[in-house]
Amino acid sequence: MGTVDTVDIEVKNVTMKFRLANERVDSIKEFIVKTLKRHLDYTDFYALKSVSFSIRKGERVAIIGHNGAGKSTLLKIIAGVLKPTEGQVTVNGNVAPLLELGAGFDQELTGAENIYLNAAILGKSKAYIDSKYDEIVEYSGLGDFIHTPLKNYSSGMRARLGFSIATRLDPDILIVDEILGVGDEQFRKKSTQTMINLMNSGKTVILVSHNTEQIKELTDRAIWLHKGEVKEIGDSHTVCDNYLAFLSSNQ
Amino acid sequence: MGSEMKKYITYLKTFRRYTFLLSLLVKKDVKKKYKGSFLGILWSLLNPLLHMLILMLVFSTLFETSIDNFPVYMLCGFLTFNFFASSTMASMNSVLHASHLINKIYIPKYIITLSTILSNFIFFAISLIDLVLIMIVTKADVTIHVLYAPIYLILLFIFSCGISLLLATVTVFFRDIEHIYGVLITALHFVSAIFYPPDIIPDKYQFVLSYNPVYYFIEGFRNSVYLGVAPQAANLLICVGLAMVSLIIGVLVFEKNQDKFILHI
Repeated sequence: MGTVDTVDIEVKNVTMKFRLANERVDSIKEFIVKTLKRHLDYTDFYALKSVSFSIRKGERVAIIGHNGAGKSTLLKIIAGVLKPTEGQVTVNGNVAPLLELGAGFDQELTGAENIYLNAAILGKSKAYIDSKYDEIVEYSGLGDFIHTPLKNYSSGMRARLGFSIATRLDPDILIVDEILGVGDEQFRKKSTQTMINLMNSGKTVILVSHNTEQIKELTDRAIWLHKGEVKEIGDSHTVCDNYLAFLSSNQ
Repeated sequence: MGSEMKKYITYLKTFRRYTFLLSLLVKKDVKKKYKGSFLGILWSLLNPLLHMLILMLVFSTLFETSIDNFPVYMLCGFLTFNFFASSTMASMNSVLHASHLINKIYIPKYIITLSTILSNFIFFAISLIDLVLIMIVTKADVTIHVLYAPIYLILLFIFSCGISLLLATVTVFFRDIEHIYGVLITALHFVSAIFYPPDIIPDKYQFVLSYNPVYYFIEGFRNSVYLGVAPQAANLLICVGLAMVSLIIGVLVFEKNQDKFILHI
C-alpha cells in the first residue's frame, strides 16, 4: 500500500482515440448504401497519445497547451467521465471536478433540494450533506431564495450555488478548469479567493489555465500538452517559460 | 479469481455510495410525475380504474360467460402488464435523457436506469390498491396462495430490470428502437390475455402466448390472486428462469457498452 499513500493520480500510457465520420450520413438508406459499398470511412483522431505521469498527494499540477491540445479530454478522463481507449488511470480519493459546477441541477427543484441532489451526484451520503448544508447555504449567500425552485434563479445565482456546493464538500482532489470567479463582482472576488485558498490548503490540485502567471504562483509542476502528447513535464516556471518561448517563436 | 472478487466488492461499495442518489432520483421522479395536476398521486389509483371501466363496458358482455369477476381478472393482467410496459418504455430513454449528467461527471450509469424502474414500481404498487379495493367490493375469494403474489411481482421486477438495461443500451446506439418497441408493446398487450380468457385463442395460435414472456408472470400472478390456487411448478420455474436470463443479459450488455455511451449521446 506504500505507493497508494503517496501517489494520488497515476496516468499510464493513456491514449484517447475518437472516430470522426468523414461524411455525414443522414438517413438509413444512405447508411445502408454506403455500408454496402464500403464507403463509410472514418478518420481516427487522437486527442491524447500515450500520455503518462503521476501526481503525488498534495501536489499542485498545472496542465498547459493550445486549444485542442487535449487538456479537457485529459481532465474528463481523470474525472472518470471518459474512459481512455488505451491505458490506465488510477485515482485515489474523491475528486471534485470544478469543471462542471452544478452538474445535474434540476430546474424544478428548490435550491435546497438541488444541494442534496448535486452532492449525491458527487457520491456523498445524506448524513454528510446534512452536516454541510448550513455552511453551503451560508456561503452561497442566497438566503431565503434557497427554498425557491431553481428555474427562478438568475444564472449568477445558479453559479454561486454550484460553486458553494463543490467547494464546501471538502474534496481530496480538485480539478480546476481556469480560476474564474463566478457571480457578481463581490461574489467573484470571494470565490476566486476561496479557490486560491483551497489550492493552498494542501489538497491535490490539477489546474488548467492559460494564465501562466497564475500557474507559476499556484502550482509546483506543469505538464505541457502539445497535439495530444506530453511535450514537457517539470517545474512550473521552467515549463511555462519554455511554453511561452515556443508560442512566440511560432508566431 | 482474486481480481474478480475485488471487482464485485468495488461494485458493491460504489453501489452503497450512490444509494442516496438513487433514492433522491426516485423521489424526484415520483414528485415530478404528478406535479401541477390537481389530483396528484391519486391519478395512479384513478387511471387503472377508468381503464377497467372502459374495458368492462367493451368486453365484459363479450366474455361474460367465460370469466367470472371480470374486473379482478382484468386488473390482475392489466396492472402487471402496465408495470412492465411503462417501466421498460421509460427506462429505454433513461441514459439518453441523462446525457447532461453523463457528459459532465462520473456516476454509475445503471443508477439512472434503476431509478426509473423503481419509480415505476412505486406507481405500480400504488395502483395495486385498486386491485385490493375491487376485490373487496366484488367480494372475491382470497386463499392463502395469495402470498405467492409478491414473489411474482419481484420476479417481474427483475425481469423488467434486465429488459430495461438492454433497451437503454440499444437506444443509445440505435434510436429507432424507441419506435419499434412502442409497436411491439402494443402487439404484446393484445397477446397477453389481459381482457380475454386465454382459451379463446385457437389451438394453432396458442403458441403466441407461450412466446410471450410477460404472459407467464401474468398467469402466475393471476393464479395466486384471482384463482387462489398454488403456483404451478413449471410456471414458477419459467418465471425464475426468465428473470435471471433477462437480468444477466441486460447487465452484461449494459456493462460492456457503458463506456461508449458518452461518445454517442
